[in-house]
Amino acid sequence: MATPVTVHAHAAPQGFIRKYIFSTDHKVIGLQYYFLALAAVFVGMFLSLLMRIHMIWPNTVLPLVGEIKPETYLSLLTMHGTIMVFFVLTTAPQGGFGNYVLPIQIGAPDMAFPVLNMLSFWTTFVGFIVIIAAFFVGGGAPLHGWTGYPPLSAVQTAGPGEGLGADLWITSIAIFCLASLMGALNFITTTLDLRAKGMILMRMPLTVWSWFITAILGLLAFGVLLSAGILLLLDRNLGTSFYVPLIVVNGVVMQHKGGSPLLWQHLFWFFGHPEVYIAILPGMGVASQIISTFSRKPIFGYKAMVYAMLSIGFFGFMVWGHHMFMSGMSPYSAFAFSILTMCIGVPSAIKTFNWLGTMLHGHIRFQTPMLYAIGFVSLFVSGGLSGPFLAQPVLDIQLHDTYFVVGHFHLIMGVAAIFGIFAATYYWFPKMFGRMMNETWGRIHFFITLAGTYAIFMPMHYLGMAGQTRRYSQFTEVAYQTKLIPLQTFMTYAAFITIAAQLIFVINLFWSMFKGPKASDNPWEATTLEWTTSTPPPPDNFGGKTPVVHNGPYEYGVPGAPKDYVMQTDPAVAAAGH
Amino acid sequence: MGLALLVLIWLITLVSTYFFVAKTWWLPVGAAQAAHWIDGQFALTYIVMGIVFLAAQLGLGYIVWRYRETPSSPPVKYSHGNTTLEVVWTLLTAVLFIGLNLMGSTVWASQRFAPAEAGAVQVEVTGMQFAWYFRYPGADGTYAKTTPKLMDPSAGGEAAVGLDPNDPSAKDDVVTGTMYLPVNREVDLSLRAVDVIHSFFVPSLRFKQDAVPGLNIHLHFKPTAIGEYEIACAELCGLGHYKMHGMVHVVSQEDFDKWLAAREAEKQ
Repeated sequence: MATPVTVHAHAAPQGFIRKYIFSTDHKVIGLQYYFLALAAVFVGMFLSLLMRIHMIWPNTVLPLVGEIKPETYLSLLTMHGTIMVFFVLTTAPQGGFGNYVLPIQIGAPDMAFPVLNMLSFWTTFVGFIVIIAAFFVGGGAPLHGWTGYPPLSAVQTAGPGEGLGADLWITSIAIFCLASLMGALNFITTTLDLRAKGMILMRMPLTVWSWFITAILGLLAFGVLLSAGILLLLDRNLGTSFYVPLIVVNGVVMQHKGGSPLLWQHLFWFFGHPEVYIAILPGMGVASQIISTFSRKPIFGYKAMVYAMLSIGFFGFMVWGHHMFMSGMSPYSAFAFSILTMCIGVPSAIKTFNWLGTMLHGHIRFQTPMLYAIGFVSLFVSGGLSGPFLAQPVLDIQLHDTYFVVGHFHLIMGVAAIFGIFAATYYWFPKMFGRMMNETWGRIHFFITLAGTYAIFMPMHYLGMAGQTRRYSQFTEVAYQTKLIPLQTFMTYAAFITIAAQLIFVINLFWSMFKGPKASDNPWEATTLEWTTSTPPPPDNFGGKTPVVHNGPYEYGVPGAPKDYVMQTDPAVAAAGH
Repeated sequence: MGLALLVLIWLITLVSTYFFVAKTWWLPVGAAQAAHWIDGQFALTYIVMGIVFLAAQLGLGYIVWRYRETPSSPPVKYSHGNTTLEVVWTLLTAVLFIGLNLMGSTVWASQRFAPAEAGAVQVEVTGMQFAWYFRYPGADGTYAKTTPKLMDPSAGGEAAVGLDPNDPSAKDDVVTGTMYLPVNREVDLSLRAVDVIHSFFVPSLRFKQDAVPGLNIHLHFKPTAIGEYEIACAELCGLGHYKMHGMVHVVSQEDFDKWLAAREAEKQ
């Protein structure tokens, strides 16, 4: 027999520490995650800037940073990838916005387990400190890439940074996994048990669906990575041989035998592929929410959107082998992974059709959140369409581990997901801080960022076709690659401009937090529950009241309604116009 | 704002497409039998995805401009979607994507499922930080034993791959730092790595395969044009990854025989 979960509406805590540091309020925790991700994204972006400078001017000595050697370059790319994937793309959309918005959107006073929520944030924070520490230990940060393939990552003498730096790297990831498992449990329980009266599953905003499905993916994926990471630590420090066969490094026979380097790849990508969707699904939810709101039209094909996300989540666990077509894995299994990968393209295409269908015959308003949502769709299409190339093993013969792959995943899980984060920031900022962000600067930021990211990442596809291998610190050693340097130079300049434009965002964010014009409770004339409560929401979200839901999440332009939008808490609209 | 967005999205789309169509940067000219099939499948995928790319991006730009909110906009069309449409585009996408995939799979199968032709030239490729070594088994057609204890990367050549001199079949094994292959003859490749994972990538020959410690991976391919082709390591293998470079010389059968005989002579 199920026991109903009860959450006591808590009074506002007193004292700075309980209110802002060790808070159990999901809104404070959401902001903590967000600002952690903001710090992390600047570290990650700075590392990419150093990489782009080194690739073009390999011998330049930078002030403060010093000389970037080939091994330093590899450390930069390892840390860039790891910090971006874990501490930005997993942290901001889910931990940040999911935490802040999900309970309010389902009409709950808090997450199901507020203390666990606080614990998962602070665990993530510790993970971040540990990975940053890897820069400062002897030997520096590891050089094995964010995928950490053994034996390179498993043998301390395989390269600089493979000593303590690599141990800190894998420890940080293990800590992050623990935090994500706690968060995932909390999100799933909250969504299933704490919905307000009338908030049936098929009335949940698509954002809630996306965070819910992401949490399920996280629960299934991070456990595997955690185990894989512990085995790697054992191989590295206790002489076990899970991943390491008999090898000779620098002429020294290592004390390992019988391990399989491919085992790590299977475990890593069993996590790693769902991780792609962990990064992008919340962006899909946000894009759906914003496109419907700013087109003043119901979302096109709500149920199709839900089923598409569910099937993306489902197939997401069956395609990991497409990262391994060239790995020495059985060429027969490549067939299965390839077909299943093509299958996952189908729900992704459905989502795109439905976003376009939502805008068709709408009244599109171009406030900054909508600009970013439109940018998200554009990037999702561009990044998505290189997928069917890479999903074919026969084309991977040419494209695997080239810049084509780097361009593909940066567009879709990097920049598209970041556009989702930007869209969400501009959209929920008024609710979070009670003030509006500056529209003009928001638009300028958008136009430079969209053009800039395309200028950086589209040329990578050309480079990849020409055979430019990734993770090369210089292009001077291979003649055919030397010819491609001018294109790399162009990308570096584009990166300078795009990165500089992000300062506009940061200034706008902090300036508006204190000086922006006051926001009303529902500045976008949106329909979901967070817009029914005051701005910013009280500690228990709805000021002692419990909302009752009568409508679907996207009732815009309902014929005969007094306004062009009907809130979820308004009296039920007749189910006309289906 | 709608117009600015339309212009930007169209501009990005058309400029990106221009460089694909103009082939300013493109696959290197293929010099192996598989190139014909791989490039054909690439072209097909590229045309299909190119059309979808143009349609989706140009459509997106058009829609955001056409349906911008103006004082004279007609009321929005209140609709929750259209199930028939959903089913149609789901099926269309599924047929398109999966069909494309099945077409490419025959190429994959021909290279990997069947063994090499009889009379293929045997070469063993060994990757180590940060060099490639190539071993030819000699007249006896047998690779001699290699022993980890004997491996000395700093010495290069036979010592680097740990060739056991006590094995009788080691006498005619030739180990070189440059790969020579006869043109129009199948190559039966064995791929090994001694320390970490490397990847043997020869763009012009449309060949790539990871070399994994503990595995001996067999693959075959056939070079079809005489020339010199660069090898680039494609799997991150440590600080010298970027300079783990090598050359494949594809030569006539006579030149290949002469070259191999000269290496055998050097060894004696």
